Amino acid sequence: MSEQDQQPTGDAAGTPGRAPSRRALLGWGGAGLALGAAVAGGTAAAVRSGDTAVTAADSGAAVPFHGAHQAGIATAVQDRLHFAAFDVTTEDRAELVALLKEWTRAAERMTAGHAVGDGAYGGLAEAPPDDTGEALGLRPSRLTLTVGFGPSLFAKGRFGLEDRRPGALVDLPKFPGDNLDRARSGGDLCVQACADDPQVAVHAIRNLARIGMGRTAIRWSQLGFGKTSSTTPDAQTPRNMMGFKDGTRNISGTDTAALDRHVWADGKDAGWMAGGSYLVARRIRMHIETWDRTGLQEQEDVFGRDKGEGAPVGKAKERDEPFLKAMLPTAHVRLAHPDTNDGATILRRGYSFTDGTDGLGRLDAGLFFLAYQRDTRTAFVPLQRRLAAHDALNEYIQHVGSAHFAVPPGVRDTDDWWGRALFS
Amino acid sequence: MRAVRFSVVTAAATVAALTAVTGCAEKSDGKGEGAVQVVAKDDSCDVSKTKLPAGHVELAVQNKGSKVTEVYVLFPDDRIVAERENIGPGTKATITAEIKAGSYEIACKPGMKGHGIRQKIEVSGGKAAKRSPEMDKAVAAYRTYVQAQADETLPKVKVFTDAVAAGDLEAAKKAYADSRIGWERTEPVAESFGDIDPKVDVRADGLEDGQKWTGWHRLEKALWQDKKLGAEEKALAPTLHKDLLDWQKRVGTADITPTSMANGAKELLDEVATGKVTGEEERYSHTDLVDFKANVEGAEQSYQLLKPIASKNDAALTATLDKRFAALNTLLDKYREDKSSYAFTSYEKVGKADRKELSDAVNALAEPLSRLAAAVTK
Repeated sequence: MSEQDQQPTGDAAGTPGRAPSRRALLGWGGAGLALGAAVAGGTAAAVRSGDTAVTAADSGAAVPFHGAHQAGIATAVQDRLHFAAFDVTTEDRAELVALLKEWTRAAERMTAGHAVGDGAYGGLAEAPPDDTGEALGLRPSRLTLTVGFGPSLFAKGRFGLEDRRPGALVDLPKFPGDNLDRARSGGDLCVQACADDPQVAVHAIRNLARIGMGRTAIRWSQLGFGKTSSTTPDAQTPRNMMGFKDGTRNISGTDTAALDRHVWADGKDAGWMAGGSYLVARRIRMHIETWDRTGLQEQEDVFGRDKGEGAPVGKAKERDEPFLKAMLPTAHVRLAHPDTNDGATILRRGYSFTDGTDGLGRLDAGLFFLAYQRDTRTAFVPLQRRLAAHDALNEYIQHVGSAHFAVPPGVRDTDDWWGRALFS
Repeated sequence: MRAVRFSVVTAAATVAALTAVTGCAEKSDGKGEGAVQVVAKDDSCDVSKTKLPAGHVELAVQNKGSKVTEVYVLFPDDRIVAERENIGPGTKATITAEIKAGSYEIACKPGMKGHGIRQKIEVSGGKAAKRSPEMDKAVAAYRTYVQAQADETLPKVKVFTDAVAAGDLEAAKKAYADSRIGWERTEPVAESFGDIDPKVDVRADGLEDGQKWTGWHRLEKALWQDKKLGAEEKALAPTLHKDLLDWQKRVGTADITPTSMANGAKELLDEVATGKVTGEEERYSHTDLVDFKANVEGAEQSYQLLKPIASKNDAALTATLDKRFAALNTLLDKYREDKSSYAFTSYEKVGKADRKELSDAVNALAEPLSRLAAAVTK
């Protein structure tokens, strides 16, 4: 039974056969009825009753797709993630360029709350619809789609990009303790889909994957929930799967000076990257069960914050300036702090994940770490070397997936496309 | 094979496009030129006309009853041509469908259950399905191909079933995969006869309660897993041969249309994607790549016959399909020494990364192939 058959009353936007925009659906019908599935307020995007302050996450609004930088980096972090890494399967540069253009147009539509192509119904009966349809009736949900290019895309003999590889897009070194699964690492391209509604994020990846078939194939993908870092400092810092607030001192999405200093690439390294950023993605598995058997004192010592308030050792409030020397030399906060790392600062945008269990009765859970920086060589790499060598947390975590991407600058208008400067 | 599927006949004949909703907010009163007015009440189902020209048919339904209703257009054997559920009291809905000449019934089901209140309608002449001489030629050529596959397969089946009946394990194992090629090439047509497939090509997981397991895969398990042929297996061999003779006799009479050919090609790739790439189809013999190749060959045969028509409507699509078929065939050739033979690598020796590569190549072809039917019927 398809959704379009369940609509109680009213004609979507008065244009039968055209896929209505998700936003247009909010107002039609006179009685404020959205499509069938949303009528009962049963969708994730519905505003929770009893909330007095409607947060950005509840607004269901659209985030502008065009701009100097790609959305999804400084954007206030959404609740949900579907991250996908792709292998490029075509050897033809023109086909790859055509795909990036098609993806850009589809992303423009989806982030605005529209279906891709000719929509999910109303087309030729013999043909599968262009859009897969599961986001019909859902709001834009602050969907952002962010594209990146992996080191392997620049390999010699592939697309003639070997001279355009930025110095900052290094092959990440092997860090002590890494136990990387090849099948969950790397990728020629990535798409980060973030939205406040998981179905909207999954729909976006699914439709881009479909458009890409024959030119790209998904190499691995990761669902995430419960953002673990926030780029809105006045909001509550979310907790990770260990129950701790981690990411308190993140870069604010509105602090343009800090973004310019730490996040946006200047293009000296590679001109086409001006206004872009470098993304490191790490799938960090947590040994949840052993962590849960750890005494409270040790848990707090490991992080360097208290569990209830999230205050640094010896301080009262979460946002009080940490006094690093009061912490153990192996405390996570102390080791990760910019003062310990010559000022190196990254913008964290990670999510928790739980992918069921692992066959040994243990939750396959942890942190899907996402960090943006202007140069990975002076940010993530030295930072992770320090953490991998000394962090007390290492007893409870293991890095099992890893990828690195050059995230190009934003798409400026409807004639522009993802990666245009790289391929021009 | 899959446990549940639409037959080719159904798929070809019941293509029905349901329009988006209409209702109080819209002035639609089925003002379309030849719309059939259907007034549904709790105890009646009035149809404004019962003789219609073939082609695009529109039903303008009004529910004047007190119960939620649903309205169906049905074939005489109760297969659904088009339907609309959840039509609330006092609301209207429109049902559209492409209907070929023949007898049908319109059924209203107040309360959305039961047999419904029925009204016979006759659809005649008019714009029957668009069929050009080119299309007729493609269908005729495909029918010949399907028959030839069956004719060539039966002797190979005989070699296999004779070996099983004689208890000759080695000879039976050798003849097994070969005996399936013709079937796999034309599987969607074979499966359109709903009664043959469950007898010859069912897997252990596809059995219904109380169904006796017969056919190729039952013998496959005996040969590769149990490694013995007892009295029961020996008795199953002539049964398989007999059931396939039935297929050979009937396959030429299947209802084949350009659309069903195109959809059949897509279905063959679906078979590969869900059964062969995963290694589920030939879980004991691991001869999945033989089936895989046969499925692709069958899809390619359909495609080649439809290509002259499709390329006129969508040249970019056929160019892509040419490229993707070639790429998949090249990839498959990596798994055999000799291109003229069907001796493929055992699938248990194909690692995870290679299986993913095969799966990606199948997706790369199946996605554009799913648009072939539209390119043929445009």
